[in-house]
Amino acid sequence: MMAAMITAMTATTLKAPLAMFSATAPLMPNIPHAADYIRILPEIVLSIFGMVIMFVDPLMDERKSQKTLGGIALLGAFAAIAATLFQAQPQYVGLGFWNMVRVDNFSSFFHFLVAAITAVVILTSYEYMEVQQIRAGEYYGLILFGAVGMSLMSSAVELVLIFIALEISSISTYVLAGFRRRASISSEASVKYFLLGSFATAFFLYGVALMFGATGSTSISVIAEKLAAGNHSLLVYAGVALMFVGLGFKVAAAPFHVWTPDVYEGAPSPVVGFMSTAPKAAVFAVLLRIIFEAHVPGTLWLIWVAAALSMTIGNIAALVQNNVKRLLAYSSIAHAGYLLVAFAALPANGIPAAMFYTAAYAAMNIGAFAVVSHFANAGERYVKMEDYEGLGRRSPILAATLTIFLLSLIGIPMTGGFFAKFYVFSAIAQAHLTGLLIIGVLNSAIGAYYYLRIIVVMYMREAQEEVPVTPIPVGLGLALALSLGATIYLGVVPNRVLIYAQTSVSELTSSSAPIASGSQANSAMASDGH
Amino acid sequence: MVPLSYYLVLSGILFTCGVAGFLIKRNIITIFMSIELMLNGVNLSFVAFAAQWHSLSGQVFVFFVMVVAAAEAAVGLAIIIAVYRTRATLNVDKVDLLKL
Repeated sequence: MMAAMITAMTATTLKAPLAMFSATAPLMPNIPHAADYIRILPEIVLSIFGMVIMFVDPLMDERKSQKTLGGIALLGAFAAIAATLFQAQPQYVGLGFWNMVRVDNFSSFFHFLVAAITAVVILTSYEYMEVQQIRAGEYYGLILFGAVGMSLMSSAVELVLIFIALEISSISTYVLAGFRRRASISSEASVKYFLLGSFATAFFLYGVALMFGATGSTSISVIAEKLAAGNHSLLVYAGVALMFVGLGFKVAAAPFHVWTPDVYEGAPSPVVGFMSTAPKAAVFAVLLRIIFEAHVPGTLWLIWVAAALSMTIGNIAALVQNNVKRLLAYSSIAHAGYLLVAFAALPANGIPAAMFYTAAYAAMNIGAFAVVSHFANAGERYVKMEDYEGLGRRSPILAATLTIFLLSLIGIPMTGGFFAKFYVFSAIAQAHLTGLLIIGVLNSAIGAYYYLRIIVVMYMREAQEEVPVTPIPVGLGLALALSLGATIYLGVVPNRVLIYAQTSVSELTSSSAPIASGSQANSAMASDGH
Repeated sequence: MVPLSYYLVLSGILFTCGVAGFLIKRNIITIFMSIELMLNGVNLSFVAFAAQWHSLSGQVFVFFVMVVAAAEAAVGLAIIIAVYRTRATLNVDKVDLLKL
């Protein structure tokens, strides 16, 4: 009896997602095709490696297993990059899993970015875990599971799937934030992140529910059709505003930024490097899809206000910080503001500018946090501004690397940060939003001050107390080399990445008739498969 | 039949109660319960809209939300225990090593 009930229940749950699209695609196959699985291949690869880590962890000696588990995780990240490249082949581009996910240049860009960030974070964590004496294999597993959610967010074209992916990524990062369990600031950071993050998720979900109520669907392309047909009810506006609140929390945009400094200060530094770049990139991908693909109404002024507030609050608060991690937290709020500026621009300029910015920001920010995490030493003791005094003399390489990352965060030419800001500001200038442009440029000038302050402290002050600097280990060296290479590459030859980003403009904006083309692609795929 | 708007208003009230509880309450567990209340408010509107659109998908979303909420509860309670161990209090006003 019970078993029959359970079978009946699972049957309904399984059929329901199919029934959802039955009106649009009458000949619905009941079993996913091989091509469907290839369209989520990076996520599958990351999950498998994550699970392998969880299985292997208890079988190994706790003291020796860390390097091996980290190695498996690193392998997983590189396998995800390979899977992304495989999946990006033209024959796999298209919708999969009954219009739930879509593989295109846009999603491949973010998949690659997330996997690359994951690899760099794992390399940084190697040494960090040893110095902090954290012995827990699940750390690497959680990073990979988080990356699964972030990858899925960038390819999901269905609001409920986006919500689930958002939660996969968030729940992993909540735990990661509290990984220095014995340090009370770490668990405090974790609980603050958890409470405010779930609060934000509830807002996002309410927005999804209202959007579902207004349009009868949660598929972004169907919503786009309904909205294009002139359905602009009050429910739509409320839904958009609530979703924006939820996503704004996740990218740390003002006025939803209050959690950022606390969480970034308390969480382990490599984790901060991770959660200030990868989930943000993924959430910005979701925002790009919602704003430019679904053409939701009424976002321009929301974005205008949030961008202006984030830039101003982030930069002004960063001026008075004495803790470097806290300073970088406010800087990340400011950068979320610059990024949001691109969303107010026209799609043709705004989308590539935003995508380029996420890549450049990821490269420089993760590098900066890698240096901070190495220098912080056991128990994260040295994170104050005065600890950086004389670093230029004691550890010239570390100081020089950090300087390049900070110059890139300012936006000095020859670094990725310069072109990132340049594209965003030129996009906004072409959209004739002069007010926002002026606020942005003024803010970049303010921002230069506090980044330069760190550089001045490192090179021009004598250390009052001797802060130990350990030699740079191989893993961290590789991580720094990768992020440094990416920062300079984006600053010297930005064209390739930008042109790639421009190809996704048409993918996002020309999706007014995606259902027809999607089912065609699906049936084409089916005939390919057999 | 009860009109749709009744359900939507009730779901809005539940959600607002959750938001108010989140902002007013000082105990971490109560704050967490307020978040669950918000999620359940959302669930109610999902079901109401599913009835309005005659589509089963809205009801299926509720299952997804419940599963996610359960996962969140598991992780959240673990984090709360970690805080309690280092601090021996669950009052948010006393969890203030990091200035807000």
